Amino acid sequence: MIDFELTESDKAILAAVREESLICRKYARYYDENEHEFPPDELEEAKGRRSVYEMLGGRDDLDTSLGTMSMLISAGQTWGDYSVRMRRGKGALGNAALRAAGTPEQQEKWGGHTLSMAITEPGCGSDPSKVQTTAVLDGDEWVLNGEKIFVTTGCRCDGVVLWATIDKSAGRAGIKSFVVEKGTPGFVVAQKEKKLGIRADDTAAYVFTDCRIPRENLLGGKEDIPKQSSGGFKGVMKTFNMTRPSVAAIGIGMAEAALDFTRDCLQEAGFEITYGGGSHGRPAVIEKFQKLEALCEASMMTILRAAWLSDQGQENNTEASVCKAKTGQAVREITQGCIEILGPMGISREHLLEKWFRDVRITDIYEGTGEIQRMIIARSLLGYTRKELN
Amino acid sequence: MISFKLEEEQEIVREALHGFAEEVVRPLARECDESEKISEEFLAQSWELGLVSTQIPTEYGGAGETRSPITNAIILEELAWGDAALAVAAVAPAAFAYAIADQGTEAQKQTYLPLLCGEQYAAAVLAVCEPTVSFDATIPRTVAEPKGDEFVISGVKCFVPMGDRASHFLVFARNNGGLDAFIVERGAEGLSISDGEKNLGMRGLPTATLELERVVVPGVNRLGGESGCDVQRLLDGSRAALAAVMVGLSRAVLEYAVPYAKDRHAFDQAIAQKQGIAFKLADMRIETDASRWLVWKAASQLEQGIPAARSAQFAREYAAEKSMWIADQGVQVLGGHGFIREHPVELWYRSARTLGVLEGTISV
Repeated sequence: MIDFELTESDKAILAAVREESLICRKYARYYDENEHEFPPDELEEAKGRRSVYEMLGGRDDLDTSLGTMSMLISAGQTWGDYSVRMRRGKGALGNAALRAAGTPEQQEKWGGHTLSMAITEPGCGSDPSKVQTTAVLDGDEWVLNGEKIFVTTGCRCDGVVLWATIDKSAGRAGIKSFVVEKGTPGFVVAQKEKKLGIRADDTAAYVFTDCRIPRENLLGGKEDIPKQSSGGFKGVMKTFNMTRPSVAAIGIGMAEAALDFTRDCLQEAGFEITYGGGSHGRPAVIEKFQKLEALCEASMMTILRAAWLSDQGQENNTEASVCKAKTGQAVREITQGCIEILGPMGISREHLLEKWFRDVRITDIYEGTGEIQRMIIARSLLGYTRKELN
Repeated sequence: MISFKLEEEQEIVREALHGFAEEVVRPLARECDESEKISEEFLAQSWELGLVSTQIPTEYGGAGETRSPITNAIILEELAWGDAALAVAAVAPAAFAYAIADQGTEAQKQTYLPLLCGEQYAAAVLAVCEPTVSFDATIPRTVAEPKGDEFVISGVKCFVPMGDRASHFLVFARNNGGLDAFIVERGAEGLSISDGEKNLGMRGLPTATLELERVVVPGVNRLGGESGCDVQRLLDGSRAALAAVMVGLSRAVLEYAVPYAKDRHAFDQAIAQKQGIAFKLADMRIETDASRWLVWKAASQLEQGIPAARSAQFAREYAAEKSMWIADQGVQVLGGHGFIREHPVELWYRSARTLGVLEGTISV
């Protein structure tokens, strides 16, 4: 049955998330302004507080399915702050790749580690087939050389899923991913990047110089280069089918925060915000605000749709891109619009709105830019291959 | 629980209606638009599908299926994929029927529902729109003055669908500062019905203008009787329905533009292979999806009997903006051909603009 109402259990979990978010928010400004510091793994206030994830156990079939629920939880958390968490969860994007492409032995070995994922290089981002980092087999070891940037969770992870080519002439087919543990000689964390927003977030740059790792660290274990298609590559790209909705949800949480703040300010200033009337009777400022609200809701619905499909075990490649493209643009418009509505008050660093405006900007860039998402959607609409539309 | 799962029955209905839209509705769209006449044969055929009577309780002559705004939203999307004007013509009486079934008194149900459950197309419709600058359905100029046991109604209503033949009108009017809806018979004294204005789009749909000059209706004709009705709820239902039609139209444009862009070559390449076109198509898909989920959300709240004013407003306004944008982009993708009446895209462009200003008319 089509239904968008939350069950009591859903509501209880999201209420707990909201409570935590309000606490985390108190630290938001500090870590934004002190970007060389990391928020603690666990806030003091976490003591004696039940984890939200524990509450996810013992839910029944009538509750919202887990993947879909996790979108609401993510949005609820970033409503508090992008980076500050009551407790920092284990695992990062590399763990998703490990689950999608790792052999059982590899999952066993690194499942408990936090693994970042290093794809982007100074000279290649959206086209990972141009990866320049090389992996050369030497006896029973791979020798890695190259540079990686924009590695999320890059400083605090235990290891990395690294994309490197074993044969540059093979293009995409030659790209493999490798697990490299921190502390391996030749693997240096060069710096924490300085950014427009999400400043407290752990974004690192890596350098690999004759870094030797065991042969069995090749993710998935397949050393051959597929002749035509890029099966292995596709496997890793599948990782994105849930991470794209996730980063969209992360963005929408901040957009919701911006809207809630703006609504409070408007109401405090005496504006009445009502629904159901015709558009002509609304003051321009309310008209603008409600448009942003509708945009936010529309984006959230596309996110829930993509996550729900995945929960049903259905293909969601296009929908993941739909929600990512929609939300990436929407969160910018929403935060820009909220500042517009509040005027000079909106740009004051006394409030968090200007921070949300900076923080959401990454949504349309990481996990595939809006342009890449549109490319994917268009290819699926048109039945085109990568070659036919690029 | 958040779920996008269609019931098996809804899947079947969707498939059946899509077939009908493809085989019957779409081929008639151009002809009805050009002649500015509805096809009587189409009305008869659509009537046979039971679009109006299926969800009316059996004791009033219907098939007694559960009232489902979601199923209706799905039906409307498919019908409107065929053509928006024909879709509205087919289901306009359902809006009257649902208003009575959901909010009417027992006597009103017994009197009016059987009229819409007969063998042949019959119309009783909503009269909501008014020909005033910056019309707002929640602040109509039409006024119902209580006078003893009666109401005296004065005002003008336009874009009344199937107004050329409707036996009854549900007229939205102000009543002592509040809002109400009144059942007005076609033959009522003081009611003059003229052919509607000739409009930009939706030309195949017969519309009428009603002039009510001190039309007296008995108190029992007030929807819901003495306690009146929830006009906001009626508007919410119509907004969700209009939004569903807009989604169907948007999808029609997208599905027409895609093969065209693949066939049409320029500079040794299909135009679809150029990012300027491909990204437009992607955005058309994104906004069609986003609009649809807003419609489903509003419809699901209506189905569950929870407040839906916010979600219906969002669905209606978002889908209106996006369907206009999508139709506009559709014209652009087709270029000169988008401007030529041999292709349906210019018709959709006019329909989208027209739908965007309507209120009432149909309901889920």
